Amino acid sequence: MEGNMNLTLKVWRQKNANTEGNFETYDVTGISEDMSFLEMFDVLNERLINDGKEPIAFDHDCREGICGMCSMYINGSPHGPKRGVTTCQLHMRSFQSGETITVEPWRASAFPVVKDLVVNRSSFDRIIAAGGFVSVNTGNAQDANALPIPKENADDAFAAAACIGCGACVAACKNASAMLFTSAKISQLSLLPQGQAERLIRAEKMVAQMDAEGFGACTNTGACEAECPKEISLENIARMNREYFGAVVSSKG
Amino acid sequence: MSWVTKNLSSSLGRKLIMAVTGLSLVAFLVVHCGINACIFVNDGGETFNAAAEFMAKNFFIRAAEFGLFAGLLLHIIDGLVLWSANSKKRPVKYAVVSKTNSTWYSRSMGLLGTLLLIFLVLHLKHFWVVSRFTDHITSGEETLFQEMKETFQYLWVVIVYVVGCISLSYHLLHGFQSAFQSLGWNHPKYTPFVKSFGAGFAIIVPLVFAAMPVAIYLGFIQ
Ligand code: SF4
Ligand code: FES
Repeated sequence: MEGNMNLTLKVWRQKNANTEGNFETYDVTGISEDMSFLEMFDVLNERLINDGKEPIAFDHDCREGICGMCSMYINGSPHGPKRGVTTCQLHMRSFQSGETITVEPWRASAFPVVKDLVVNRSSFDRIIAAGGFVSVNTGNAQDANALPIPKENADDAFAAAACIGCGACVAACKNASAMLFTSAKISQLSLLPQGQAERLIRAEKMVAQMDAEGFGACTNTGACEAECPKEISLENIARMNREYFGAVVSSKG
Repeated sequence: MSWVTKNLSSSLGRKLIMAVTGLSLVAFLVVHCGINACIFVNDGGETFNAAAEFMAKNFFIRAAEFGLFAGLLLHIIDGLVLWSANSKKRPVKYAVVSKTNSTWYSRSMGLLGTLLLIFLVLHLKHFWVVSRFTDHITSGEETLFQEMKETFQYLWVVIVYVVGCISLSYHLLHGFQSAFQSLGWNHPKYTPFVKSFGAGFAIIVPLVFAAMPVAIYLGFIQ
């Protein structure tokens, strides 16, 4: 797939977590506007390999907006200038030929850089491990409608469950706060009957883990909601606040 | 640590403190603005002085003043703690930051709060210290209204007060609705009202406040 877009890329290069990084500039030519942003990186990496240079490390997996791996901070926005998409869903037609594009890794003390654009997001896994699960045996799949769940609750739970754990909310937040992510994970369980058994301890434990990982405190700027590729709503953060304070005053632990 | 202090010092607990103290300061602003607006009656300060005297003599108001200062102090300290903790969460900064995902004032609450604090020091010195810690007013030497007129003779004071009011306006524009979100109050039925009411409040109250020094300076209030 050849095209006629020529771009200048300023990409963050960093050997590993213990070294200092810096920006490298690359001229990328012959890019098609139908390519995704990651495919443009594939082209660049192929050229780097052919030239005997180290390719740029970046995370990716599904390339269809469901795995949440493709973390790139593009021209000052997580996942680039378009709203509601991941980097893999971002097309080169969103840019102008001749443009300079700056690509940085997610920046947060809780997301240390592993290499180049790859960051370690295992802090998210530990928040989930702290309480984002149900430990009752739910058995086989239920017959449809065996569990009465109001439509609104099901809708809200599904909307929260759309979170792919990409970390764009943290990357966008001036406080590097993980509240949108954590609240989505708390919400999807607290809205459904299966999540009730551990509802009280869940909010307390997940919030404590979120703080321990070194994420900041939310100041309600709304940057996370604006940048989230799955358009997770700020209502989830309010719900988390209710869940948390409700748990604090009523849990016995 | 008891469960109370432990949870109040968590990230969510600190937000709760900001919200509760912030809203109590909002309630104070309503009273403060209402009383001071009495100068616009333009009766030589009679109504205003009477209201001010009532506030100064009423036992419950004086007791509430302690609560107000406690709330204010808590709001400032908690805000500074949050600001300092949050500023450490991104040790390596971005080279390019797009600013389209949020409003500048929602990102600048610390700065706006600091401006307000500086203004407040001057403001307290102008009126609160004079009326509470000197016998200037109580001795009947001067009324609070006369004190106000004297203070706002100077252009620089008027400018500082207007800048203070502008900071207050932006601080409230974000802070008012933000407090409700922190309290977990986000609901399709009420949130639109909270947001528009908060915006109206954030514009009208500081405007009324700012009108006072300006009107006095320009000689509209006799
Ligand atoms: S809330 Fe949105 S931005 Fe944050 S991790 Fe989930 S999908 Fe990504
Ligand atoms: S690579 Fe899976 S979401 Fe982008």
